[in-house]
Amino acid sequence: MAFIDYYKILEVDKKATEAEIKKAYRKMARKYHPDLNPNDKEAERKFKEINEANEVLSHTENRKKYDDYGENWQHAAEFEKSKQQQQYHRGGQQDGFGGGGDDFSDFFESMSGGRSSGNGSRRSAQFKGQDFNAELHLDLIDVYTTHKRTLTINGKNIRITIPAGVENGQQIKISGQGGDGTGDGPKGDLYITFNIENHTNFKLDKHNLYSSVTLDLYTAILGGDITADTFDGKVKLTVKPGTQNGTKVKLKGKGFPVYKKEGEFGDLYITYQVQIPTNITEKEKELFTELAKLKTS
Amino acid sequence: MNIENLIAIPALCTHYKVELSFFNNLSEMGLLEVKTIEETQYIHPDAINEIEKMIRIHQELDINTEGIDVVFNLLQKIDALQNELNSAKNRLRLYES
Repeated sequence: MAFIDYYKILEVDKKATEAEIKKAYRKMARKYHPDLNPNDKEAERKFKEINEANEVLSHTENRKKYDDYGENWQHAAEFEKSKQQQQYHRGGQQDGFGGGGDDFSDFFESMSGGRSSGNGSRRSAQFKGQDFNAELHLDLIDVYTTHKRTLTINGKNIRITIPAGVENGQQIKISGQGGDGTGDGPKGDLYITFNIENHTNFKLDKHNLYSSVTLDLYTAILGGDITADTFDGKVKLTVKPGTQNGTKVKLKGKGFPVYKKEGEFGDLYITYQVQIPTNITEKEKELFTELAKLKTS
Repeated sequence: MNIENLIAIPALCTHYKVELSFFNNLSEMGLLEVKTIEETQYIHPDAINEIEKMIRIHQELDINTEGIDVVFNLLQKIDALQNELNSAKNRLRLYES
């Protein structure tokens, strides 16, 4: 594990007093606290760093050890010995700094035998555990209905309900599914951001869906019945005689479900695209010419 | 709603080691909706996440209730802007596709 300069992290001098360290810690904690920086992984990482630095530097004994061994602490044989002894005494308890702490120095743990097993001479700080962030890629069709899905986050299976109508980029919070808290602090939360891709022929805007249907010339002129696709199957539509190219029809309640409003749906807007026949036969040409003459006469 | 479904504020004070005045101040600022039933104050369980956040901000960062009010207002603005940005991105994608 790389040496971490705790003084540098807290931006204080090596001769800083306890009060100066506390002040610096408070100032930085206010800046990087996860509650004040939602969804900011960099702030979360920084907050863990400053907590670790404060844990060491605000404790006289640990600060002295840190000052004595400095960056060579990791090479000192007695550290290893101490660590092994501590692990033995702890009986395998592995309670590191908030939420796995995989990116952080095990300095403090090796020096004191784990922050939670302190000697009782001081009150250990309580902090909420690390918030986890995850991104879930789904197809638009997946979020048409409410369904359950099992996610594996940090090796742990979490079954969540994905509500119908969840939007691309939307985030949901699952309380208490983040990292373990420090001291008696609560567990962190799990934030899931939805990344929804649309591979359908429908375009989605908020809760409304948009699609286009090709109409043959004769149905457009004379009217008739057609079938059109909606998100939950086909519907029969009656086309009015004389329907123009680009005409839009609204199918109320055939759009996308509204998030967390069960039974409420947006609308589906269908645009008719009238197809002009090509490669017409001689007979058809003759009839069209006759029609044209009728129109001009 | 039945009392059984509400959370008594004195219980919260004990659990989170917070003074009653903290909740009273939050209530006065409109950050917390308090129901009083037979002289005991209660909160709705749905509010617990927000309350925990306020307690953390208060205890871990030494921020008083006025500060919490400012923080929450700013967080709400960030949240609204984030939603607006997401919505704009989605609309842009609609026109780009």
